[in-house]
Amino acid sequence: MITWGTFVSQLFNGLALGALLALISSGLTIIYGALGVLNLAHGAMFMLGGYAGYVAYAHTGSFVAAVVAGSVFMLVLGVVLERLVIRHFYKRSPEDQLLVTFGLGIVFVEVVRHFFGSLTRTLPSPGLVSGITNLGFMYYPTYRLALVGIVALALLALFLLLYKTRLGMTVRAGIEDPIMVDSLGIDIGRVLMLVFGIGAMAAGFAGVVNAPVVSIAPDMGEAILVQTFVVVVIGGVGSFPGAILGGLIAGEIVSLTSMFDPAYSQIMLFAAMTLVLVLRPRGLLGVKGRE
Amino acid sequence: MSKTGNTPRGVDRRDFIRIGLGAAGGLALPAGLAGPARAAVHPPIGTWPAGSSGGTVYAGAAVPLTGSYAEQGADELKGMQLAVEHINEGHPLMKVLSPRTNNGVLGKKLVLLYADSGAKPNEAVQAEQRFISENKVVVMTGSTSSAVAVAMNKLAQREKVLYFAGISGSNDTTGKDCVRYGFRQNFFGHPAAAALGPVMVKQFGKNRKAAFMTPDYTYGHTVTKSVNDYLSQNAGWQMVTNQVSPLGTQDFSQYLINIANSGAEFLINVNWGRDAVLSTQQAHRFGILPKMTLVIPYQIPFLAPQVGADIMQGVYAATDFWWTMGEMPQYPNAKMFVDAFQKKYGYRPEWGAENGYVSFAHWARMVEQAGSFYPPDVIRTWEKGETIPSLVGPVHYRPQDHQCVRPVVIVRGKKPADMRNKEDFWDVLEVVPGEGLMQAPDAFGCQPGDYT
Repeated sequence: MITWGTFVSQLFNGLALGALLALISSGLTIIYGALGVLNLAHGAMFMLGGYAGYVAYAHTGSFVAAVVAGSVFMLVLGVVLERLVIRHFYKRSPEDQLLVTFGLGIVFVEVVRHFFGSLTRTLPSPGLVSGITNLGFMYYPTYRLALVGIVALALLALFLLLYKTRLGMTVRAGIEDPIMVDSLGIDIGRVLMLVFGIGAMAAGFAGVVNAPVVSIAPDMGEAILVQTFVVVVIGGVGSFPGAILGGLIAGEIVSLTSMFDPAYSQIMLFAAMTLVLVLRPRGLLGVKGRE
Repeated sequence: MSKTGNTPRGVDRRDFIRIGLGAAGGLALPAGLAGPARAAVHPPIGTWPAGSSGGTVYAGAAVPLTGSYAEQGADELKGMQLAVEHINEGHPLMKVLSPRTNNGVLGKKLVLLYADSGAKPNEAVQAEQRFISENKVVVMTGSTSSAVAVAMNKLAQREKVLYFAGISGSNDTTGKDCVRYGFRQNFFGHPAAAALGPVMVKQFGKNRKAAFMTPDYTYGHTVTKSVNDYLSQNAGWQMVTNQVSPLGTQDFSQYLINIANSGAEFLINVNWGRDAVLSTQQAHRFGILPKMTLVIPYQIPFLAPQVGADIMQGVYAATDFWWTMGEMPQYPNAKMFVDAFQKKYGYRPEWGAENGYVSFAHWARMVEQAGSFYPPDVIRTWEKGETIPSLVGPVHYRPQDHQCVRPVVIVRGKKPADMRNKEDFWDVLEVVPGEGLMQAPDAFGCQPGDYT
């Protein structure tokens, strides 16, 4: 039976779920929007960020250090990857791009499995926000509450970066018309490198802040990757605000369906995606594509 | 030990009877002579006789080395590898379980091939299909997901290649999805419920409210049903909610919120592998544990070290085997196994390894007794249902559904302060004999199909 308490609880939980999905998806959508590459290694990058944070935490005992380490590590790795691998695939067919990023994802997962094994690792939530909070209508892990704020701040930072800085303007111009940007004398190659790094950093950041919620394991990115695709498709491929809206919608769908029958929550997510694809193929906030 | 015994003497006597009756015997003959002689009698079937015509025979295992059951699959594989090693060298423990084993199986070296199934039925079937066509495996094994075990059963029956299950907890594996070519050593939903139920009722009383967490496939549904049937029919317990989640779920918050609002006093977590780890950890973070009492009907290898003894203390669980049984005088085989395993791999085995080891030993025993790799002969030998040794005392396989009738071990989580070493998570409370726990052989609709 559905009570008012359950409804409010699930509604709130949907927000928390959705915020995290939005953050992970934003990295995926930024990279696709600017580079035109569908990064199938995104889930593995999310996982790698978590492990980088875990290692930093094991050495310092500081959660902040873990977050910084996970983000910076992925930023650097993203930049290196773009230089060494990804940029050679901009002009190649989408199939090649899918294969190379998919392959990178497998490599990341197996390297981590080699060094850390398949057992889950736990990153404890920082002392300040550990424990349980009584919200009146339910008890909720304090860290999950804090996470909503952390993710909101991270998304705000990404928004400012993309919409209020010169770099962001160039990126968005590059999404709209790369040839024009290039002919204006802007080094589009360097911009793309940075975008890939920022996208990877967003995944890495999400990986660390998610670690106290769901313990990390080498193949944790697989399931997340599928969900982020759904989010990006619902919100509009390549659209940053779309990723946020899509994430929140996906979170609420999963949570509210669970109120009636959790077995249907994933099905409803895909049903919603199908509906969007039928009624508005470019996604809710998607703009006309690059081609 | 059984009256058929494990002494060389008893073995010899049966051999003479068999040979005297002109049955499939031929043990006295060298294997090289025996094979072709029988090949003339039976038409080829499955990988027979091609798979056993050389000096080496292959076994194929499909175990999850990635995904939610990766760690359990790796442990299971280690048990299998140890068994194969022991079969080839005629290890003393192997000779207890399969007295005629000397060097290999019927004098042929046994080689174990394995592939990662990711606990996905289609990947497991593809891998085994490859082992059948390329290596002519004489036997298949592995699962760590009943969805895989059921798919493997079907493959075994279709290809006429023997299969014995790895970890598989569903009632269906030797129930409605049973096959002539499939066997299972380990415990499953129904006996788990029948063994754990009375302990729970004695400990917690009647008319209690329980929330279930169930993974959405054959294992989860049958185990939840068996446990709920027992508790509701025998003690008036009520299932106030059943949260069904897909295999591989990571964030359980939406399920846990429903449980938190359900008014349950008990959380019966049927999730397995990493799903069990994550759901249990998150239940703790939501304050559901320790407010509700956690019960684990189908014990999960490596759950306790991952969630910690703080959460696992006082938790009741049913299992196939726990390593401290090796310290009990009535289980000398268990001691030999734990010692050998720990020496080779550096940790004490969990029950997936135990099942992998014993299943291989039982298969080798049946082949030796049949004196042939010819699958129908091996199956008929298995179906005699003789009482044979295991690591947890004498057991036997039922001819009707090919399920091993074996004890179920009831354990309870230890307090952190009581742990003698970092693997000492469970107290063995009871080793419940298998006979009284089993359903009637046809209760779950087993119709095993043909021999040929």
